[in-house]
Amino acid sequence: MKPARLVAIVFLTFVGISALVPRLWTPDSYETQLREAPDAPPSARFPLGTDALGRDRMARLLYGTRVSLTLAPAAALLSCIVAALVGGLAGLAGGWTERIVLAGLDLFMSLPWLFLLLTVRATLPLNVSALASLSITFALLGLLSWPASARVVRAAIHGLRDSDFMLQARASGVTPWRLIWRQLIPNVMPVLLAQFWIAVPVFILAEATLGMLGLGVSEPLPSWGSLLRELEGGNLRSQPWMAAPAVLLAAVVGCFQLILPREDYSI
Amino acid sequence: MTHPMRPLIFVALIAGALNASELRLALHSEPKTLDPLVFADESAEAIRYLTEGVLIRINRLTQQSDPELAVSWKVSDNGKRVTFQLRKGVHYPDGATFTSKDVVETFHTLFDPALHSPVADTFQTEKGTVTITAQGDYVVVADFPAPPTAFERLFDQVAIVSCLAKHRPAPGLGPFLIGERVAGSHIVLKRNPVYWKHQPDGQSLPRLDAIRLEFQQNRDLELARFQRGELDLIDTLTPDLYDRLAKDAPGRAFDAGPTTDAEFLWFNMAPQSPVASYKKSWFQSQTFRRAISEAIQRADLSRVAYRGHASPSAGLVSPANKQWFNGKLSPDAFHPEEAAKRLTEAGFKLQATVLSDATGHPVEFSIITNAGSTVRERMGAMIQQDLAKLGIKINLVTLEFPSLIERITRTLDYEMCLLGLVNIDIDPNGLMNVLLSSAANHPWNPSQKTPATAWEAEIDRLMLAQAASGDASARKKNFDRVQEILREQSPMVFLVHPNSLSAISPGLPGAKPSPFFPHTFWDAEHFTLAGKSAAGK
Repeated sequence: MKPARLVAIVFLTFVGISALVPRLWTPDSYETQLREAPDAPPSARFPLGTDALGRDRMARLLYGTRVSLTLAPAAALLSCIVAALVGGLAGLAGGWTERIVLAGLDLFMSLPWLFLLLTVRATLPLNVSALASLSITFALLGLLSWPASARVVRAAIHGLRDSDFMLQARASGVTPWRLIWRQLIPNVMPVLLAQFWIAVPVFILAEATLGMLGLGVSEPLPSWGSLLRELEGGNLRSQPWMAAPAVLLAAVVGCFQLILPREDYSI
Repeated sequence: MTHPMRPLIFVALIAGALNASELRLALHSEPKTLDPLVFADESAEAIRYLTEGVLIRINRLTQQSDPELAVSWKVSDNGKRVTFQLRKGVHYPDGATFTSKDVVETFHTLFDPALHSPVADTFQTEKGTVTITAQGDYVVVADFPAPPTAFERLFDQVAIVSCLAKHRPAPGLGPFLIGERVAGSHIVLKRNPVYWKHQPDGQSLPRLDAIRLEFQQNRDLELARFQRGELDLIDTLTPDLYDRLAKDAPGRAFDAGPTTDAEFLWFNMAPQSPVASYKKSWFQSQTFRRAISEAIQRADLSRVAYRGHASPSAGLVSPANKQWFNGKLSPDAFHPEEAAKRLTEAGFKLQATVLSDATGHPVEFSIITNAGSTVRERMGAMIQQDLAKLGIKINLVTLEFPSLIERITRTLDYEMCLLGLVNIDIDPNGLMNVLLSSAANHPWNPSQKTPATAWEAEIDRLMLAQAASGDASARKKNFDRVQEILREQSPMVFLVHPNSLSAISPGLPGAKPSPFFPHTFWDAEHFTLAGKSAAGK
């Protein structure tokens, strides 16, 4: 195993355990407001200081990691599954089916999805818990963000469909389902995984943007998106520890890329 | 072929540009219209303030009425007639002379129902509207159907446009003229070369050559540009940005004290709303409303959410409004024990950490507020924690503004709302559209055909009585009682009055920030930019 991959696995395990058991690092809850100590600098009790309401930044980062590392990949997975199904259908079928699906994708991509999200949020009941509200947001993101990935998948399958090894497999009498399972899916998997890893940070940042429009996480639940929003009004020169969520996001996404090298994508 | 003088001309142009005395500031949105009679947003109001002349100007620092295009005025006919003596020798930039015809024509246009001017609405009363007539070239008479109160404020907002102008906006009688307008980028106001006002030593005003108003929605960028010296003023700073500037550049950040703005919560008490009936009964209970009010730590909201740049509120009227604030009222003290006692007496029970009503429903409701307001989100989270101590669960929901307005005005599908009023009129009559039970903007139960409660009927009676009275002390007594009823009944839970926070460059030594809009450039005609020449000299 390459050292970089080992380091990435250790780091991700460390982050995962810390997110699952935040009490290992901090006794405070993510929602407890210590109003006598707002915007406190890092200390032994608060390794990342406190936020504007006096809440422990470390606790909020760890709970936010748990929320975002569960929901953002789930939304990315949902998006990739829909993209694989629709893109796969278009790429395999070809002809009129492909043209109709492509036209549908273009139409879907031209929709002002932000307004659609806002409309959906405006019609949701008000008395839903913060976690339920956030789950709905990520589900909507997953269900609305698949068309671009579907186009990529269609292009990949379109190329594979007429390749020599597929021709040989068909000539050998391989059944269509076996062809898809043994030949197409393994070859298109790197494309899907790439789409997945691109989507995860995009969804996290999209949740931060949506928060500004009232569609993101609601108080007091933290998420990486809501923590990144604090950077907007913050002063990194005097409070560099505020960059911790951004650093952690970059590190986690980078580590995921390292532990899933291209040669291991086959199933 | 290059002209031999071209380099010299170029150098002269550059030198001229560098010497030009141009004030630069940002507007947070592009004005929807520049018609001075139909201004509908703060940006348009700022431009109207700088480019148009009015009969009377309310001094933003002293709150006194200063003569502008009217040199004097006299009240007669039991207070129903105001006779204005107009200023002579005033000219529009196109050369036309200002006379009473301009005033009469302005009001004729303003009162045209087809214009839909919000300014015209402020002249409307139950008994009719004002009639403006000319008596000669320099006398104008305003006849009101009933004695007006604080009429000076009414005339402070009416731009007197030229009767000869073929379109609006046309060059007006203010210190500046609209010069260049680039959509999505900026508006440049040029110095009005025929502005009528002069300094005591005879020098002409304004001293500035131009004002460049850039459209800059992002307040972080606005502050960064101010710190780089690209902007000279910031009219309104958020508490976070104020603190950052005060730390980085002390002496440039100004806190002018409490504004007339107010932040508050209100309960949805409308019988026709789709809120569950058991929740309606909570909100319609005075005991429940008082308990909520007493369980909120207003001092913490001021100190933490506003970083100390706000003061706890006792009502809709801010202490900044010295004339109409009821000094007997003080903000509700933080009494969670008293609040819990009230709730117990009203049949609520606290079991473990959950408060339930007499029918067993857990007390849980939502508070909606507008998305994008960091301060309101912070206040919401703090209120959430304060009420959790009573066993009340709050779901804080941020909605984009159109959805919020739809819920609070049309569908009434909400439970509590956290919002604020800005630039509240100093005179009680400016609050008629909020406090009268029949008003569409009556927050807790809008557009009532008849008052739903005895205390709302009493507020209606007192508000109408003060509006009809010409006796200042009787008006004050009536309006004081209105403030007391609001406190006793607490349909709105008043939270804080934010301070006026602004930034002024050291190059503008004469700027005097005010708690009232416009906070920093209300006397821009007297501004001088240090180190730059002024064309007016």
